[in-house]
Amino acid sequence: MILRGKCHKFGNDVNTDYIISGKYKFKTLDMNELARHVMEDLDPDFYNKITPGDFIVAGSNFGCGSSREQAPLAIKYAKIGAVIAKSFARIFYRNAINTGLPVIECDTDKINAGDELEVDLSKGIIRNLTTGEDIPIKPLPEVMIKILNDGGLIEHFKKYGTFNF
Amino acid sequence: MGKTIIEKILSQKSGVDAYAGQIVVADVDYVMGQDGTAPLAIKSFKEMGGKKVFDPEKVVFVIDHSAPSPNEGVSRLHKLMREFRDEHGIDFHDIGDGVCHQVVPESGKVGPGSLVVGADSHTCTYGALNAFATGVGSTDLAAAIISGKLWFKVPETIKFVLKGKLPKGVFAKDLILYLIGDVTADGATYMAAEYTGEAISDLSMDGRFTIANMAIEMGAKAGLMEADEKTFAFVKEHGGKDFTPVFADPDAVYAKVLEYDVSELEPMVAKPHTVDNTARVTEVAGTPIHQAVLGTCTNGRLEDLRIAAKILEGRKIHPRTRLIVAPASRKIFLKAMEEGLIKIFVEAGAAVVTPGCGPCVGTHNGIPSDGENVISTANRNFKGRMGNSNAFIYLASPATVAASAIAGEIADPRPYF
Repeated sequence: MILRGKCHKFGNDVNTDYIISGKYKFKTLDMNELARHVMEDLDPDFYNKITPGDFIVAGSNFGCGSSREQAPLAIKYAKIGAVIAKSFARIFYRNAINTGLPVIECDTDKINAGDELEVDLSKGIIRNLTTGEDIPIKPLPEVMIKILNDGGLIEHFKKYGTFNF
Repeated sequence: MGKTIIEKILSQKSGVDAYAGQIVVADVDYVMGQDGTAPLAIKSFKEMGGKKVFDPEKVVFVIDHSAPSPNEGVSRLHKLMREFRDEHGIDFHDIGDGVCHQVVPESGKVGPGSLVVGADSHTCTYGALNAFATGVGSTDLAAAIISGKLWFKVPETIKFVLKGKLPKGVFAKDLILYLIGDVTADGATYMAAEYTGEAISDLSMDGRFTIANMAIEMGAKAGLMEADEKTFAFVKEHGGKDFTPVFADPDAVYAKVLEYDVSELEPMVAKPHTVDNTARVTEVAGTPIHQAVLGTCTNGRLEDLRIAAKILEGRKIHPRTRLIVAPASRKIFLKAMEEGLIKIFVEAGAAVVTPGCGPCVGTHNGIPSDGENVISTANRNFKGRMGNSNAFIYLASPATVAASAIAGEIADPRPYF
């Protein structure tokens, strides 16, 4: 799978409250509505800056905090193509895979705000089209690749009725 | 090769001789969802084609995050949970019963050696009972509700050896804030934390829950402790049975072993806006406080209320400061009434709210205004956490929160002891 888009850069420790604020998170199951408020506490106008397929690029510990799946879903429904970070908080990482949002671990220091990126998930490489640099991706565990290939955990369960690893 | 506590529990529950790094599919003993996460799990359950809960006695929903409901959107989601209960006959705690991380241990359904998943990141709290308990999202929860299983990567473990005795006026909360400040907010990501040593065995179960509760704030998957007489007494008191304690092997392999002497520790405060932004209380004393919060799944237990009441008895909170008290459960609320603690809080000027999460998650029950400072016994001080991204949240022990509510500014509680 090859993804292409522009980078929106954030720092370390982007927590789930920043991704979807407490004001909205528990009110509705309408993810399109939640998506409008994605990253609002860090950048109030963020939703309007997204072109479908763009990337969120961050430092370490992205998605720390709550177990709420509304966080990766709000990002996915805002049409972000993938989140690229130095490291992810554990629960967010699982939730992203379960809901079919690609999450990529790599050295993000070589990516600047506004850079155009081409992400080749099968080759495990990010090409920074702005700087011409290639950045290797840390491979996903096999179980997660299987879930992603099935289209998320819901699709996996629809297909097998239980875990099939 | 020897095993850590978590390697042993995951081996037992998966039937695989498991060590750190392996991926296993394991049987779960108890599955919990709360009102922030269960509605989405119900949606996933239906989308997955779920017809039946694997075992209704092993699944619980708790309405605690927005209890009672502050608006009709939340009311609709609560209704969805109650309908699921009616259809499937699962365990259930409605508004007023308390915070999931108090009512689950109180239910006697989890204990030493249990494997618990909960759709709430602070599910790691039950590690104080020698259980492997971890937070998951709604879709993982739905999968567990259908199959009674979940996949886990067996984590490496950091062992914390805590020596010495906590000084007067210094509590479990100060200890865990100190440790998180030291290892940082992502210092234990993808790992488990095992706590051992004299400082842990000296703690009450209430104090141990506080420590285990905050494992996630250093990124850990779980925070585990060995079981002892205090653990068994707690389990017995709440009607629990058939649990087998799990001990780490002497030759277990750890990612690292960190040793601390707690005897010089001082009251600690986490400053805005990250939990690892810690300072000694003396460094931030004098910071004006507009709202103080006593409660939450970290520090809303009976011992916490007793400590705060000891300080507040016969005193009034500062005119600048509001004090909100949320007992962690109905049982605790009742005991606090019997002991006269609630009377002390109300006479001091506090507002006592429904047992549950209180203002911690920012949905209701005390949202601060712009520019206000809050001191709370909760576990998170992220910007916007309490519903206003222009407020400033400080985290501290019940003693420091009570002393600060009286002073109207962050205050050292040690003179009260």
